[in-house]
Amino acid sequence: MLGIVDYQAGNHTSVARALRALDIPCVITNEPAKLQACVGLIFPGVGAAGQAMATLQSSGMAQTLKELVQSQVPLLGICLGAQILLEYSAENDTKLLGLVKGECRKFAQGLTQEDGSKRPIPHMGYNQLNFVADCPLFAKIAPEACYYFVHSYYMQPSKELIIATTNYGETFCSVYGRNGLWGLQFHPEKSGRPGLSILKNFYNYCQEISHAQ
Amino acid sequence: MLSKRVIVCLDVRRGILTKGIKFAGNQDIGDPVESARRYYEAGADEIVFYDITASAEARGIFLDVVKRVAEVIFIPFSVGGGLQSLNDMYAVLNAGAEKISLNSAAVKNPGLIRQGALEFGSQAMVVGLDVLQVPVTNSIPSGYEIVIHGGRLHTGRDAIAWAKEVADLGAGELCVNSIDADGTKNGYELTLTRRIVEAVPIPVIASGGAGAPEHLYTAVTEGLAQAALIASIVHYGEYTIAECKEYLAARGVPVRSTW
Repeated sequence: MLGIVDYQAGNHTSVARALRALDIPCVITNEPAKLQACVGLIFPGVGAAGQAMATLQSSGMAQTLKELVQSQVPLLGICLGAQILLEYSAENDTKLLGLVKGECRKFAQGLTQEDGSKRPIPHMGYNQLNFVADCPLFAKIAPEACYYFVHSYYMQPSKELIIATTNYGETFCSVYGRNGLWGLQFHPEKSGRPGLSILKNFYNYCQEISHAQ
Repeated sequence: MLSKRVIVCLDVRRGILTKGIKFAGNQDIGDPVESARRYYEAGADEIVFYDITASAEARGIFLDVVKRVAEVIFIPFSVGGGLQSLNDMYAVLNAGAEKISLNSAAVKNPGLIRQGALEFGSQAMVVGLDVLQVPVTNSIPSGYEIVIHGGRLHTGRDAIAWAKEVADLGAGELCVNSIDADGTKNGYELTLTRRIVEAVPIPVIASGGAGAPEHLYTAVTEGLAQAALIASIVHYGEYTIAECKEYLAARGVPVRSTW
Protein backbone atom coordinates (compact mmCIF):
# COMPACT_ATOMS: atom_id res chain seq x y z
CA MET A 1 0.00 0.00 0.00
CA LEU A 2 1.21 3.50 -0.86
CA GLY A 3 0.23 6.42 1.33
CA ILE A 4 -0.70 9.77 -0.19
CA VAL A 5 0.05 12.51 2.32
CA ASP A 6 -3.16 14.48 2.78
CA TYR A 7 -2.89 18.20 3.48
CA GLN A 8 -4.68 21.29 2.23
CA ALA A 9 -2.36 22.01 -0.72
CA GLY A 10 -2.45 18.51 -2.20
CA ASN A 11 -3.69 17.45 -5.60
CA HIS A 12 -4.05 14.06 -3.97
CA THR A 13 -7.13 12.91 -5.89
CA SER A 14 -5.39 13.02 -9.29
CA VAL A 15 -2.47 11.00 -7.90
CA ALA A 16 -4.92 8.53 -6.36
CA ARG A 17 -6.74 8.13 -9.70
CA ALA A 18 -3.45 7.38 -11.44
CA LEU A 19 -2.54 4.76 -8.81
CA ARG A 20 -6.01 3.24 -9.16
CA ALA A 21 -5.55 2.93 -12.92
CA LEU A 22 -2.29 1.07 -12.18
CA ASP A 23 -4.00 -1.23 -9.63
CA ILE A 24 -1.69 0.07 -6.93
CA PRO A 25 -3.43 0.10 -3.55
CA CYS A 26 -3.27 3.45 -1.81
CA VAL A 27 -4.65 5.40 1.11
CA ILE A 28 -5.06 9.17 1.34
CA THR A 29 -4.47 10.11 4.95
CA ASN A 30 -2.96 12.56 7.42
CA GLU A 31 -2.69 10.01 10.24
CA PRO A 32 0.95 9.30 11.18
CA ALA A 33 0.29 5.67 12.13
CA LYS A 34 -1.40 4.93 8.79
CA LEU A 35 1.39 6.63 6.85
CA GLN A 36 4.01 4.71 8.84
CA ALA A 37 2.33 1.44 7.89
CA CYS A 38 2.69 2.13 4.13
CA VAL A 39 5.55 0.72 2.03
CA GLY A 40 6.06 4.17 0.51
CA LEU A 41 4.63 7.69 0.51
CA ILE A 42 3.70 10.22 -2.12
CA PHE A 43 3.79 13.89 -1.16
CA PRO A 44 1.86 15.90 -3.76
CA GLY A 45 1.23 19.60 -3.86
CA VAL A 46 -0.15 22.48 -5.84
CA GLY A 47 -0.41 26.12 -4.82
CA ALA A 48 1.99 28.42 -3.04
CA ALA A 49 4.87 27.44 -0.75
CA GLY A 50 3.98 29.87 2.05
CA GLN A 51 0.42 28.66 2.40
CA ALA A 52 1.40 25.00 2.13
CA MET A 53 4.14 25.31 4.80
CA ALA A 54 1.77 27.13 7.15
CA THR A 55 -0.73 24.28 6.79
CA LEU A 56 1.96 21.63 7.30
CA GLN A 57 3.21 23.36 10.46
CA SER A 58 -0.17 24.03 12.05
CA SER A 59 -1.45 20.51 11.36
CA GLY A 60 1.67 18.83 12.76
CA MET A 61 2.29 17.18 9.37
CA ALA A 62 5.70 18.88 9.10
CA GLN A 63 6.94 16.97 12.15
CA THR A 64 5.29 13.73 11.00
CA LEU A 65 7.02 13.94 7.62
CA LYS A 66 10.40 14.50 9.26
CA GLU A 67 9.93 11.43 11.41
CA LEU A 68 8.78 9.32 8.47
CA VAL A 69 11.79 10.32 6.39
CA GLN A 70 14.11 9.57 9.33
CA SER A 71 12.54 6.12 9.60
CA GLN A 72 13.57 5.52 5.95
CA VAL A 73 10.10 5.11 4.45
CA PRO A 74 10.53 5.86 0.70
CA LEU A 75 9.04 9.24 -0.19
CA LEU A 76 8.25 10.76 -3.57
CA GLY A 77 7.60 14.51 -3.65
CA ILE A 78 5.67 15.86 -6.64
CA CYS A 79 5.86 19.49 -7.85
CA LEU A 80 5.25 21.73 -4.82
CA GLY A 81 5.67 18.60 -2.67
CA ALA A 82 9.19 18.13 -4.08
CA GLN A 83 10.00 21.80 -3.51
CA ILE A 84 8.79 21.75 0.09
CA LEU A 85 11.25 18.99 1.04
CA LEU A 86 14.07 21.50 0.38
CA GLU A 87 15.30 24.14 2.86
CA TYR A 88 14.09 27.47 1.54
CA SER A 89 11.84 28.97 -1.17
CA ALA A 90 11.91 32.47 -2.57
CA GLU A 91 8.14 32.06 -2.96
CA ASN A 92 6.69 34.02 -0.04
CA ASP A 93 10.23 33.98 1.49
CA THR A 94 9.42 30.60 3.07
CA LYS A 95 11.49 28.34 5.31
CA LEU A 96 10.76 24.80 4.07
CA LEU A 97 10.96 21.35 5.69
CA GLY A 98 14.73 21.09 5.23
CA LEU A 99 14.74 17.34 4.57
CA VAL A 100 16.82 17.79 1.40
CA LYS A 101 19.66 20.27 0.90
CA GLY A 102 18.74 23.07 -1.47
CA GLU A 103 16.32 25.86 -2.27
CA CYS A 104 13.74 27.18 -4.77
CA ARG A 105 14.16 30.24 -6.93
CA LYS A 106 11.80 32.19 -9.14
CA PHE A 107 12.10 32.02 -12.93
CA ALA A 108 13.27 35.43 -14.12
CA GLN A 109 10.97 37.39 -16.45
CA GLY A 110 12.22 38.51 -19.83
CA LEU A 111 14.41 35.54 -20.80
CA THR A 112 14.03 33.74 -24.11
CA GLN A 113 13.66 30.06 -24.93
CA GLU A 114 16.28 27.96 -26.74
CA ASP A 115 14.90 28.98 -30.16
CA GLY A 116 15.04 32.66 -29.27
CA SER A 117 11.28 32.98 -28.73
CA LYS A 118 9.76 34.59 -25.66
CA ARG A 119 9.69 32.56 -22.46
CA PRO A 120 6.28 32.73 -20.76
CA ILE A 121 6.07 32.14 -17.01
CA PRO A 122 4.79 29.75 -15.65
CA HIS A 123 6.75 27.03 -17.40
CA MET A 124 3.66 25.17 -18.55
CA GLY A 125 3.56 22.11 -20.78
CA TYR A 126 5.59 19.04 -21.67
CA ASN A 127 9.35 19.11 -21.48
CA GLN A 128 12.20 16.61 -21.58
CA LEU A 129 14.69 15.39 -19.01
CA ASN A 130 18.46 15.28 -19.39
CA PHE A 131 19.74 12.59 -17.07
CA VAL A 132 22.92 13.15 -15.09
CA ALA A 133 22.50 10.11 -12.79
CA ASP A 134 20.71 6.76 -12.88
CA CYS A 135 17.47 6.41 -10.99
CA PRO A 136 15.23 3.34 -10.57
CA LEU A 137 12.13 5.55 -11.06
CA PHE A 138 12.96 5.78 -14.78
CA ALA A 139 13.66 2.09 -15.41
CA LYS A 140 12.45 0.96 -18.84
CA ILE A 141 11.05 4.39 -19.79
CA ALA A 142 12.12 5.92 -23.10
CA PRO A 143 14.72 8.59 -22.21
CA GLU A 144 13.17 11.05 -24.71
CA ALA A 145 9.77 10.94 -22.95
CA CYS A 146 8.24 14.30 -22.04
CA TYR A 147 6.56 15.18 -18.76
CA TYR A 148 3.98 17.79 -17.81
CA PHE A 149 5.32 20.78 -15.91
CA VAL A 150 3.51 23.76 -14.46
CA HIS A 151 5.54 25.97 -12.13
CA SER A 152 6.96 29.47 -11.68
CA TYR A 153 9.67 28.51 -9.15
CA TYR A 154 12.41 25.97 -9.81
CA MET A 155 14.42 23.71 -7.55
CA GLN A 156 18.11 24.05 -6.86
CA PRO A 157 19.09 21.09 -4.68
CA SER A 158 22.62 20.25 -3.63
CA LYS A 159 24.51 19.29 -6.80
CA GLU A 160 25.24 15.68 -5.85
CA LEU A 161 21.49 15.03 -5.54
CA ILE A 162 20.56 16.04 -9.10
CA ILE A 163 19.21 13.17 -11.22
CA ALA A 164 17.89 15.09 -14.23
CA THR A 165 17.75 18.63 -15.54
CA THR A 166 15.39 20.36 -17.96
CA ASN A 167 15.93 23.28 -20.33
CA TYR A 168 13.59 26.23 -20.44
CA GLY A 169 15.66 29.23 -21.42
CA GLU A 170 17.98 28.10 -18.62
CA THR A 171 18.79 24.71 -17.15
CA PHE A 172 17.18 23.71 -13.87
CA CYS A 173 16.85 20.55 -11.79
CA SER A 174 13.70 18.58 -12.62
CA VAL A 175 14.44 15.38 -10.66
CA TYR A 176 16.51 15.05 -7.50
CA GLY A 177 17.14 12.50 -4.78
CA ARG A 178 18.88 9.35 -3.69
CA ASN A 179 17.96 6.09 -1.98
CA GLY A 180 14.21 6.38 -1.76
CA LEU A 181 13.85 10.10 -1.11
CA TRP A 182 13.02 11.67 -4.45
CA GLY A 183 11.48 14.84 -5.85
CA LEU A 184 9.90 15.44 -9.28
CA GLN A 185 9.21 18.98 -10.49
CA PHE A 186 6.69 17.68 -13.06
CA HIS A 187 3.42 15.81 -12.61
CA PRO A 188 3.80 12.07 -13.35
CA GLU A 189 0.04 11.66 -12.90
CA LYS A 190 -0.53 14.07 -15.84
CA SER A 191 2.23 12.91 -18.18
CA GLY A 192 0.60 10.01 -20.00
CA ARG A 193 2.07 6.53 -19.92
CA PRO A 194 5.68 7.52 -19.13
CA GLY A 195 4.45 9.35 -16.03
CA LEU A 196 2.36 6.38 -14.93
CA SER A 197 5.44 4.17 -15.37
CA ILE A 198 7.33 6.35 -12.87
CA LEU A 199 4.60 5.77 -10.28
CA LYS A 200 4.70 2.04 -11.01
CA ASN A 201 8.50 2.01 -10.66
CA PHE A 202 8.23 3.85 -7.37
CA TYR A 203 5.78 1.28 -6.06
CA ASN A 204 8.02 -1.59 -7.21
CA TYR A 205 10.99 0.01 -5.47
CA CYS A 206 9.00 0.44 -2.24
CA GLN A 207 7.89 -3.18 -2.27
CA GLU A 208 11.42 -4.46 -2.84
CA ILE A 209 12.79 -2.34 0.00
CA SER A 210 9.96 -3.44 2.26
CA HIS A 211 10.58 -7.13 1.50
CA ALA A 212 14.31 -6.76 2.01
CA GLN A 213 13.83 -5.41 5.53
CA MET B 1 13.01 22.42 -24.83
CA LEU B 2 9.34 22.97 -24.06
CA SER B 3 7.04 21.13 -26.49
CA LYS B 4 4.31 22.86 -28.41
CA ARG B 5 1.01 21.35 -27.32
CA VAL B 6 -1.73 19.90 -29.51
CA ILE B 7 -5.02 20.30 -27.66
CA VAL B 8 -8.23 18.58 -28.70
CA CYS B 9 -11.55 20.31 -28.06
CA LEU B 10 -14.79 18.40 -27.51
CA ASP B 11 -18.24 20.01 -27.35
CA VAL B 12 -20.68 18.31 -25.03
CA ARG B 13 -24.42 18.80 -24.80
CA ARG B 14 -26.41 17.03 -22.09
CA GLY B 15 -23.60 14.57 -21.49
CA ILE B 16 -23.02 13.53 -25.10
CA LEU B 17 -20.85 14.94 -27.85
CA THR B 18 -22.65 17.41 -30.09
CA LYS B 19 -21.28 15.58 -33.10
CA GLY B 20 -20.17 11.96 -33.18
CA ILE B 21 -16.47 11.45 -33.70
CA LYS B 22 -15.14 9.25 -36.47
CA PHE B 23 -12.27 7.19 -35.18
CA ALA B 24 -10.25 4.70 -37.19
CA GLY B 25 -12.55 2.07 -38.70
CA ASN B 26 -15.21 4.73 -39.12
CA GLN B 27 -16.75 4.13 -35.73
CA ASP B 28 -19.01 6.99 -34.85
CA ILE B 29 -18.71 7.65 -31.13
CA GLY B 30 -20.89 10.06 -29.18
CA ASP B 31 -19.65 9.20 -25.70
CA PRO B 32 -17.34 11.97 -24.44
CA VAL B 33 -15.59 9.66 -21.96
CA GLU B 34 -14.72 7.05 -24.56
CA SER B 35 -13.67 9.77 -27.03
CA ALA B 36 -11.42 11.43 -24.45
CA ARG B 37 -9.81 8.08 -23.68
CA ARG B 38 -9.14 7.46 -27.37
CA TYR B 39 -7.63 10.88 -27.91
CA TYR B 40 -5.47 10.36 -24.82
CA GLU B 41 -4.29 7.05 -26.29
CA ALA B 42 -3.74 8.74 -29.67
CA GLY B 43 -1.35 11.35 -28.26
CA ALA B 44 -3.42 14.43 -27.43
CA ASP B 45 -1.39 16.66 -25.09
CA GLU B 46 -4.47 18.11 -23.44
CA ILE B 47 -8.21 17.88 -23.79
CA VAL B 48 -10.76 20.65 -23.45
CA PHE B 49 -14.44 20.04 -22.80
CA TYR B 50 -17.02 22.67 -23.56
CA ASP B 51 -20.44 22.17 -22.06
CA ILE B 52 -22.56 24.00 -24.58
CA THR B 53 -25.84 23.41 -22.78
CA ALA B 54 -24.61 24.84 -19.49
CA SER B 55 -28.11 24.95 -18.07
CA ALA B 56 -28.56 24.24 -14.38
CA GLU B 57 -30.31 20.91 -14.96
CA ALA B 58 -27.64 19.64 -17.36
CA ARG B 59 -24.84 20.68 -14.99
CA GLY B 60 -25.06 17.49 -12.93
CA ILE B 61 -24.86 15.28 -16.02
CA PHE B 62 -21.80 17.19 -17.19
CA LEU B 63 -20.03 16.93 -13.82
CA ASP B 64 -20.51 13.19 -13.96
CA VAL B 65 -18.83 13.19 -17.41
CA VAL B 66 -15.90 15.19 -16.00
CA LYS B 67 -15.54 12.71 -13.15
CA ARG B 68 -15.51 9.72 -15.48
CA VAL B 69 -13.05 11.39 -17.88
CA ALA B 70 -10.66 12.05 -14.99
CA GLU B 71 -10.57 8.31 -14.25
CA VAL B 72 -9.33 7.36 -17.70
CA ILE B 73 -7.02 10.10 -19.00
CA PHE B 74 -3.69 11.04 -17.42
CA ILE B 75 -2.97 14.31 -19.16
CA PRO B 76 -4.29 17.75 -18.19
CA PHE B 77 -7.83 18.58 -19.15
CA SER B 78 -9.84 21.72 -18.87
CA VAL B 79 -13.51 22.45 -18.72
CA GLY B 80 -15.45 25.43 -19.96
CA GLY B 81 -18.96 26.50 -20.71
CA GLY B 82 -21.41 28.19 -18.41
CA LEU B 83 -19.11 28.60 -15.40
CA GLN B 84 -20.42 31.66 -13.56
CA SER B 85 -19.10 31.49 -10.02
CA LEU B 86 -16.36 30.19 -7.75
CA ASN B 87 -18.73 27.38 -6.79
CA ASP B 88 -19.13 26.33 -10.43
CA MET B 89 -15.35 26.34 -10.84
CA TYR B 90 -14.79 24.41 -7.63
CA ALA B 91 -17.27 21.76 -8.79
CA VAL B 92 -15.42 20.99 -12.04
CA LEU B 93 -11.99 21.04 -10.40
CA ASN B 94 -13.26 18.81 -7.64
CA ALA B 95 -14.63 16.44 -10.29
CA GLY B 96 -11.07 16.06 -11.59
CA ALA B 97 -10.39 18.76 -14.20
CA GLU B 98 -7.03 20.61 -13.93
CA LYS B 99 -8.15 23.86 -15.46
CA ILE B 100 -11.20 26.02 -15.84
CA SER B 101 -11.87 27.93 -19.01
CA LEU B 102 -13.79 31.17 -18.53
CA ASN B 103 -15.17 33.10 -21.45
CA SER B 104 -18.33 35.25 -21.36
CA ALA B 105 -18.40 35.16 -17.55
CA ALA B 106 -14.92 36.74 -17.40
CA VAL B 107 -16.03 39.63 -19.63
CA LYS B 108 -19.16 40.24 -17.55
CA ASN B 109 -17.32 39.84 -14.25
CA PRO B 110 -13.53 40.25 -14.58
CA GLY B 111 -13.17 39.91 -10.80
CA LEU B 112 -13.97 36.23 -11.26
CA ILE B 113 -10.53 35.72 -12.82
CA ARG B 114 -8.75 37.17 -9.81
CA GLN B 115 -10.93 35.28 -7.35
CA GLY B 116 -10.33 32.02 -9.20
CA ALA B 117 -6.58 32.62 -9.40
CA LEU B 118 -6.40 33.30 -5.66
CA GLU B 119 -8.56 30.33 -4.77
CA PHE B 120 -7.26 27.70 -7.22
CA GLY B 121 -3.98 29.16 -8.54
CA SER B 122 -3.24 30.84 -11.87
CA GLN B 123 -2.30 27.48 -13.40
CA ALA B 124 -5.96 26.48 -13.17
CA MET B 125 -7.33 29.60 -14.85
CA VAL B 126 -7.60 29.66 -18.63
CA VAL B 127 -9.44 32.59 -20.15
CA GLY B 128 -11.00 32.16 -23.58
CA LEU B 129 -11.12 35.18 -25.88
CA ASP B 130 -13.59 35.16 -28.78
CA VAL B 131 -12.28 37.76 -31.17
CA LEU B 132 -13.75 39.43 -34.26
CA GLN B 133 -11.90 41.70 -36.66
CA VAL B 134 -13.56 45.14 -36.83
CA PRO B 135 -12.67 48.57 -38.23
CA VAL B 136 -10.06 50.41 -36.14
CA THR B 137 -11.68 52.97 -33.86
CA ASN B 138 -10.64 54.90 -30.76
CA SER B 139 -12.17 52.27 -28.50
CA ILE B 140 -10.86 49.31 -30.58
CA PRO B 141 -7.39 50.55 -31.61
CA SER B 142 -6.13 47.08 -32.59
CA GLY B 143 -9.08 46.38 -34.88
CA TYR B 144 -9.79 43.22 -32.89
CA GLU B 145 -12.86 43.22 -30.67
CA ILE B 146 -13.90 40.81 -27.93
CA VAL B 147 -17.30 39.26 -28.62
CA ILE B 148 -19.35 36.91 -26.44
CA HIS B 149 -22.19 34.43 -26.78
CA GLY B 150 -20.58 32.71 -29.73
CA GLY B 151 -19.81 35.98 -31.48
CA ARG B 152 -23.33 37.37 -31.37
CA LEU B 153 -22.68 40.10 -28.85
CA HIS B 154 -20.09 42.87 -29.27
CA THR B 155 -18.52 44.02 -26.00
CA GLY B 156 -16.73 47.17 -27.14
CA ARG B 157 -13.51 45.81 -25.63
CA ASP B 158 -10.25 45.82 -27.55
CA ALA B 159 -8.85 42.26 -27.67
CA ILE B 160 -5.21 43.23 -27.03
CA ALA B 161 -6.11 45.47 -24.08
CA TRP B 162 -8.41 42.79 -22.68
CA ALA B 163 -5.70 40.11 -23.05
CA LYS B 164 -3.32 42.25 -20.96
CA GLU B 165 -6.00 42.94 -18.37
CA VAL B 166 -6.84 39.23 -18.11
CA ALA B 167 -3.16 38.36 -17.59
CA ASP B 168 -2.86 41.06 -14.91
CA LEU B 169 -5.92 39.65 -13.15
CA GLY B 170 -4.09 36.35 -12.71
CA ALA B 171 -5.06 34.13 -15.66
CA GLY B 172 -2.48 31.39 -16.23
CA GLU B 173 -3.16 30.96 -19.93
CA LEU B 174 -5.18 32.47 -22.79
CA CYS B 175 -7.08 30.65 -25.50
CA VAL B 176 -7.46 33.01 -28.43
CA ASN B 177 -10.31 32.01 -30.71
CA SER B 178 -10.81 33.90 -33.95
CA ILE B 179 -14.49 34.01 -34.85
CA ASP B 180 -13.48 35.04 -38.40
CA ALA B 181 -11.29 31.98 -38.87
CA ASP B 182 -13.43 29.52 -36.91
CA GLY B 183 -14.94 26.87 -39.16
CA THR B 184 -13.13 28.09 -42.30
CA LYS B 185 -10.42 25.41 -42.17
CA ASN B 186 -8.14 27.99 -43.79
CA GLY B 187 -5.82 28.26 -40.82
CA TYR B 188 -5.58 30.21 -37.57
CA GLU B 189 -5.68 34.00 -37.45
CA LEU B 190 -1.91 34.42 -37.22
CA THR B 191 -1.70 38.20 -36.86
CA LEU B 192 -4.15 38.21 -33.98
CA THR B 193 -2.42 35.27 -32.29
CA ARG B 194 1.01 36.85 -32.63
CA ARG B 195 -0.12 40.24 -31.37
CA ILE B 196 -1.61 38.69 -28.24
CA VAL B 197 1.45 36.50 -27.62
CA GLU B 198 3.61 39.61 -27.84
CA ALA B 199 1.31 41.52 -25.47
CA VAL B 200 1.13 39.07 -22.53
CA PRO B 201 3.69 37.21 -20.37
CA ILE B 202 1.58 34.01 -20.15
CA PRO B 203 1.16 31.09 -22.59
CA VAL B 204 -1.30 31.47 -25.49
CA ILE B 205 -3.33 28.77 -27.24
CA ALA B 206 -4.33 29.45 -30.87
CA SER B 207 -7.89 28.44 -31.69
CA GLY B 208 -10.21 28.51 -34.69
CA GLY B 209 -9.52 27.68 -38.31
CA ALA B 210 -7.37 24.55 -38.26
CA GLY B 211 -7.91 22.51 -41.41
CA ALA B 212 -4.54 20.80 -41.91
CA PRO B 213 -1.30 20.07 -40.02
CA GLU B 214 0.43 23.01 -41.71
CA HIS B 215 -1.97 25.33 -39.91
CA LEU B 216 -0.71 24.05 -36.57
CA TYR B 217 2.82 24.68 -37.82
CA THR B 218 2.12 28.31 -38.73
CA ALA B 219 0.22 28.84 -35.45
CA VAL B 220 3.31 27.98 -33.38
CA THR B 221 5.89 29.54 -35.73
CA GLU B 222 4.43 32.69 -37.34
CA GLY B 223 1.70 32.96 -34.69
CA LEU B 224 4.20 32.23 -31.85
CA ALA B 225 1.51 30.29 -29.95
CA GLN B 226 2.49 27.80 -27.23
CA ALA B 227 -0.29 25.44 -28.23
CA ALA B 228 -2.86 24.86 -30.94
CA LEU B 229 -6.45 23.81 -30.41
CA ILE B 230 -7.98 21.39 -32.91
CA ALA B 231 -11.44 19.91 -33.30
CA SER B 232 -13.03 18.94 -36.58
CA ILE B 233 -9.81 17.97 -38.40
CA VAL B 234 -9.41 15.07 -36.00
CA HIS B 235 -13.09 14.52 -35.16
CA TYR B 236 -13.96 13.77 -38.78
CA GLY B 237 -10.99 11.52 -39.30
CA GLU B 238 -9.23 13.85 -41.75
CA TYR B 239 -5.95 13.67 -39.83
CA THR B 240 -4.74 11.86 -36.75
CA ILE B 241 -3.02 13.62 -33.86
CA ALA B 242 0.10 11.60 -34.68
CA GLU B 243 0.08 12.96 -38.26
CA CYS B 244 -0.19 16.52 -36.95
CA LYS B 245 2.72 15.95 -34.57
CA GLU B 246 4.86 14.21 -37.19
CA TYR B 247 4.35 17.19 -39.48
CA LEU B 248 5.50 19.56 -36.71
CA ALA B 249 8.43 17.38 -35.63
CA ALA B 250 9.67 17.02 -39.22
CA ARG B 251 9.93 20.83 -39.37
CA GLY B 252 11.85 21.17 -36.15
CA VAL B 253 8.97 22.03 -33.81
CA PRO B 254 9.44 20.29 -30.44
CA VAL B 255 6.45 18.03 -29.68
CA ARG B 256 5.70 15.26 -27.23
CA SER B 257 6.20 12.15 -29.36
CA THR B 258 6.22 9.38 -26.73
CA TRP B 259 2.91 8.81 -24.95
